[in-house]
Amino acid sequence: MTSLSTPRKGSGLGSVSTGRKVKDRTVQGLVYLAFLLALVPLLSVLWTVVVNGAKRLDPTFFQFSMNAVAGKDPGGGAYHAIIGTLQQVAITSAIAVPIAVLTAIYLVEYAGNGRLGKVISFFVDVMTGIPSIVAGLFVLALWLLTVGFGFSGFAGALALAILMIPTVVRATEEMLKLVPNDLREASYALGVPRWRTICFVILPTAMTGIVTGVMLAVARVMGETAPLLLTIFFTKAINTNPFEGPQASLPTFIWEQASDPNQTSIDRAWTGALVLIGIIMLLNLLARLVARRSAPVRR
Amino acid sequence: MAKRIEVSGLHAYYGGVHAIEDISMTVEPRSVTAFIGPSGCGKSTFLRTLNRMHEVIPGARVEGKVMLDAEDLYGSSIDPVAVRRVVGMVFQRPNPFPTMSIYDNVAAGLKLNGVRRKGQLDEIVEQSLQDANLWNEVKDRLGKPGAGLSGGQQQRLCIARAIAVQPQVLLMDEPCSALDPISTLAIEDLIGKLKSQYTIVIVTHNMQQAARVSDRTAFFNIAGTGQPGKLIEIDDTSKIFTNPEQKATEDYITGRFG
Amino acid sequence: MTTQTGVESAEAGGARHRAPGRMSTGRLGDRIFAGSATGSGLIVLAIMAAIAVFLVWKAIPALQANEANFITSEEWNPNATPAEFGIAQLAFGTVMSSLLAMLLATPVAIGIALFIAFYSPRRLASGLGYIVDLLAAVPSIVYGLWGAVFLSKHMEGVSGFLNSTLGWIPFLGGDSPGKNSIFTAGVVLAIMILPIISSISREVFLQVPQAHVEASLALGATRWEMIRMSVLPYGQSGMIGASMLGLGRAMGETIAVAMVLTYVPGINIHLLEDGGATFASNIANSFAEASENGRGALIASGLVLFVITLLVNMAARAVVARRKEFV
Repeated sequence: MTSLSTPRKGSGLGSVSTGRKVKDRTVQGLVYLAFLLALVPLLSVLWTVVVNGAKRLDPTFFQFSMNAVAGKDPGGGAYHAIIGTLQQVAITSAIAVPIAVLTAIYLVEYAGNGRLGKVISFFVDVMTGIPSIVAGLFVLALWLLTVGFGFSGFAGALALAILMIPTVVRATEEMLKLVPNDLREASYALGVPRWRTICFVILPTAMTGIVTGVMLAVARVMGETAPLLLTIFFTKAINTNPFEGPQASLPTFIWEQASDPNQTSIDRAWTGALVLIGIIMLLNLLARLVARRSAPVRR
Repeated sequence: MAKRIEVSGLHAYYGGVHAIEDISMTVEPRSVTAFIGPSGCGKSTFLRTLNRMHEVIPGARVEGKVMLDAEDLYGSSIDPVAVRRVVGMVFQRPNPFPTMSIYDNVAAGLKLNGVRRKGQLDEIVEQSLQDANLWNEVKDRLGKPGAGLSGGQQQRLCIARAIAVQPQVLLMDEPCSALDPISTLAIEDLIGKLKSQYTIVIVTHNMQQAARVSDRTAFFNIAGTGQPGKLIEIDDTSKIFTNPEQKATEDYITGRFG
Repeated sequence: MTTQTGVESAEAGGARHRAPGRMSTGRLGDRIFAGSATGSGLIVLAIMAAIAVFLVWKAIPALQANEANFITSEEWNPNATPAEFGIAQLAFGTVMSSLLAMLLATPVAIGIALFIAFYSPRRLASGLGYIVDLLAAVPSIVYGLWGAVFLSKHMEGVSGFLNSTLGWIPFLGGDSPGKNSIFTAGVVLAIMILPIISSISREVFLQVPQAHVEASLALGATRWEMIRMSVLPYGQSGMIGASMLGLGRAMGETIAVAMVLTYVPGINIHLLEDGGATFASNIANSFAEASENGRGALIASGLVLFVITLLVNMAARAVVARRKEFV
């Protein structure tokens, strides 16, 4: 057996060299700084929106449209835009949620390790990266230029649905994967057919998680502007029919008002931004509350 | 040089869970001390309090004293980083740095401590690998990733990495439980060789192993699930395995439970 | 850690196969349900295919009517007769603004991810992560408004300072640093892509096996040394992939850029000077006045954007996936 090297003279516990400590502390400082740096724009955005948006946060803003209101006029509101946004988002969800949830069910419950499942999963990822303006161009090319329909809230919803589907697929997939396998097996063992197992055992277990995912996705598409510019176009008037004629929406309302040089318009844009952020944050908060309630389901 | 560890009144917690209760013992220098006991009895937790690795887990904390010769590891002026430099550790699963070569794995701790000269590094790396009985197997591929070695070789690489910084104490947390019998034998041989220079503490599930490698053995036990682990007794290995003081120890050794 | 997940997914896969897959599909309900699930998956594929097909189809007439070189021309006059348009300026603006955004955002985002994963108190970690995610919840129109009305004012001074101190760098040169520049757009984009880069990096960091972390700590590494030895090598490809996903995001961002930039025709390599346009901002700004041919031209430029972001995203996903090798 070889003899062991003699350990160098032990110097007790000693301490860590100053250089190393300084480096450690410097990095710590930088890392804290990075976090604080991220807070600056967040707080700045929220602050400017609240301060500037508060000016026109009056009943008029919620009761009137911009019909016959010129850029330099005071008054006017976003009633038509709020109606439009709510209708568009509702239609978007009605289209996207079933497709997305069923796709997720296919991926988790049916696809196994098959090739189709992998291909679909890959393209869901790819879809997540589609620029929103491209979704708008696609609906423009297909629905408006090829099929021949005009600008409408529904066309906008089609574009938003393309953006919403991948988010909801991923969220639902995650939730379905969390459903413990013994639950599936217990149900199959009882002779329950597969579709009933999925509908009455698996989906209810994953439901709160799916709802959370949908709410977050709704919050996300609600703020999309680019695809709407190409699909719902602009109107200053109230249009309660999402299937016919240009419609307004909160994001396009802000865009329109902000491109007008008059301060009265800019003020309306800020208030529009405040309302939009308010709704989105509310949805985010609700989603978080729902998610917290669902926590015990997870293992 | 190898040091004596004196533990007194040590408690460890994970958040609100009291993991080990009121442990006092002495670990002699230049000897092998084995910790045995049923799963969940806190022997690994106790081991990790000896180089302040316990507190790495969020919410974990320690009360009590661990004296390394004259210094309290939990003294207010003591930096845990300095403690771990002096009290080395080998883990249950071999954990070489996956992105580093064999050479860099062994040199990692040295570089941290400011050894930069190539000649000196080469020398210590070779010596440590020889001490770990690994040199002959890897001397031609020092630049290859350490993750490419077999499990037993990886574990010896981890031992080489731990002794390269020449610690005073070497803690081993079930170092053979993920290895095959031949690798286990190689590690046990190595432990026998290392004890001439180091204070070695080894946690093991395998009572034969404790009997083979250790000079002294400590038996830990828990009263029941959720109860803190306790030190039942510590004595010379031969005594523990032939004629323990405590009934619980005897029951465990003879396989009546655990 | 990995083996465990491996085992779990293998079990899940096994269970799926063991489950009465083929045998019970005889039932009508099962057949309908399985059919609609599969059909929905196929719809996703169909949408992707349709996007490519229709964009190409509707771009062709405009491209045929184009008198200029579509790739190299800096003109954008598709509504004129004869129509002349090219994507050179748009490509330049897109690449420059998004690269700038990526360079600015990546170090900060990784810092945030490290902060949340290793420095912040565990109890606060998820809350702090949520705060950073709030940045992603702010809609791009709001960033645009904020950038155009509020931030650009403050960027004037920054741009002037950079121009006078670092003006010898060609990109930062020029005589009239302004506020509605590609640089300002890059800063706004950087803020917008911060959350995606930091959340993916954070996820990767949290997956670093505890064994690697403990290996370096047990050697007597400080926290930073532990991060350098165990975390960064493990997370390298994840971080690269994350910043590339951020790049893809920045390239496709429309409204915020459109609101911040002032359109000035022609490529200007002085990024601090007003002007510039990106694929997406040009579409948003030109659409309302576009003729039929103009719309076709915008669709053609959108097709280019689609292909570029597709490639960037696919590359990013591939890089992120590669980290699994290390486990």
